[in-house]
Amino acid sequence: MRHGKYRFLVGAMAAPLALYAIFVISPYVQAFYLAFTDWNGISNEANPVGLANFTKLWSDPLFLAALRNNGLLLLVVPLATIVLALFFSAATRGTRVYRVVYFFPQLLSVAIIAVLWQFVYTPNSGLLNGFLNAVGLSSWKQSWLAEPDLALWCVMAAMIWSAVGFYVVLFSAAMESIPVELMEAALIDGASSGAIFRRITLPLIFESVQVAFIYLGIAALDGFALVQIMTVGPGGPDNSTEVMGLGLWRNAFTYGKFGYASAMGVAMFLLTLSLAALLLRATRREQVELA
Amino acid sequence: MKKHFVLTIWAAVVTLPLVWAVVSSFKTDAEIFDSPWSLPASPQWNNWSRAWSQASIGKYLFNTVIVVGLALVLTMLLGSLMAYCLARYEFPGNRTIYYTLVAGMLFPVFLALVPLFFVVDNLGMLGTYHGLILVYAAYALPFTVFFLHAFFRSLPTAVAEAAFLDGASHAGVFFRVMLPMARPGLVSVGIFNLLGLWNQYLLPLVLNPDPDRYVLAQGLAALAVSQGYRSDWSGLFAGLVIAILPVLIGYVLFQRQIRAGLTAGAVK
Repeated sequence: MRHGKYRFLVGAMAAPLALYAIFVISPYVQAFYLAFTDWNGISNEANPVGLANFTKLWSDPLFLAALRNNGLLLLVVPLATIVLALFFSAATRGTRVYRVVYFFPQLLSVAIIAVLWQFVYTPNSGLLNGFLNAVGLSSWKQSWLAEPDLALWCVMAAMIWSAVGFYVVLFSAAMESIPVELMEAALIDGASSGAIFRRITLPLIFESVQVAFIYLGIAALDGFALVQIMTVGPGGPDNSTEVMGLGLWRNAFTYGKFGYASAMGVAMFLLTLSLAALLLRATRREQVELA
Repeated sequence: MKKHFVLTIWAAVVTLPLVWAVVSSFKTDAEIFDSPWSLPASPQWNNWSRAWSQASIGKYLFNTVIVVGLALVLTMLLGSLMAYCLARYEFPGNRTIYYTLVAGMLFPVFLALVPLFFVVDNLGMLGTYHGLILVYAAYALPFTVFFLHAFFRSLPTAVAEAAFLDGASHAGVFFRVMLPMARPGLVSVGIFNLLGLWNQYLLPLVLNPDPDRYVLAQGLAALAVSQGYRSDWSGLFAGLVIAILPVLIGYVLFQRQIRAGLTAGAVK
């Protein structure tokens, strides 16, 4: 059995390791170096500038706007998605067909979702204004994506629309693993359905909810594709939908400020990492074990 | 009854934009502008043919099939080999390699974006099929290895040992014994990767600047963004529906496996 073991291991792992080192590890390592330089991509030299890129971030109005907008996405999207998904997964017990339908948007590319929702929000021929017209609420009609106060909320709606179904399926699977006797016992004891949900269901599926918070939190720090395709500018109007990824992309591939863009990448990485750590800590609690 | 009312409303919220896009793809531009709710007077099939050929959706679909298909094969082959070696063999550096790979899942792709562009550029692979395929596979590797590592660990060892006693080689045991045993895991992670790769947007946007090589999501987004200049609404709707259709058909055929595959990935 030992014969040829190392030859096999080297043969099997050389290609994937080389691929991973060249296209994943090396860019990540280089990004941390470039973030401390003024590299513009054309000249061969990248001059070290210390922390200058990072201090510049704090006075860059676009980056600050992006930080605020990503912060708002972070406050709204995970909570709204999880509340809706919890409600629907509890309510669709026994009626699977709803889950099958709800799940579908999860399979679409964000780019496709963005194009679809851009059409929905179109002022004159869009679905939303057409709907408001049809139900007699034509005074509510808006040019949705052109209003600084509304545009980001429109992006959030598309985000939540596409995500809810996935978490319905995730939570439903977790809920189905809860033994029926537990529910029956609680019902016999006269517990209300609200109390059963709070005291039994939620604690027992808490791990799934925690996973959902982390995934949705990370998605809220992104938002690039939806904003880049849907919004005017992109990032507008008046920077009201600017997100960090958009700033990074623009600085790198429009302005050629590769050092500065890398600093944004490092900032995004640190924010993502601290968010994940924070959420893990904040939601840590006594594991509920079924004996 | 109240419960079903609420559930039906959300079902309508989910399906209405999609149904509306399908209906609009058969209308004339004038009908689209006239009323978003009306049905087409007669179905405009030429919207579809215009989207397919003039708007290049057909070409984008072809590019996507090539890139995603080959990237998926490469990811599954390299990922399962890597996971198997790490899960079933003791050797110095095993843990280090595993954690380095898995750590790749913690980093946002945005962080790598700038240097990655230059790595691909320096290799002369910008805007090529093989460049995109290699990058797709490299970024799909961490999750694939992470998932299959756990799967190979959970398989019994007796069958492989018997095969070794019968004189099978290491590669023979992997391809003839272990890989067939790992089929359920391969299917789950394969579905997960197929959808992930099919839906890529950021990587092709940066690494694939040649319009002749655009993938579907990228090409459609480019059409929608530039739509202000030469507007062909009905054609765009048709393009959008063509892009959604393969996913919808796949979902109708394999909905159970797809939902199981995607959610299994999340709980791990």
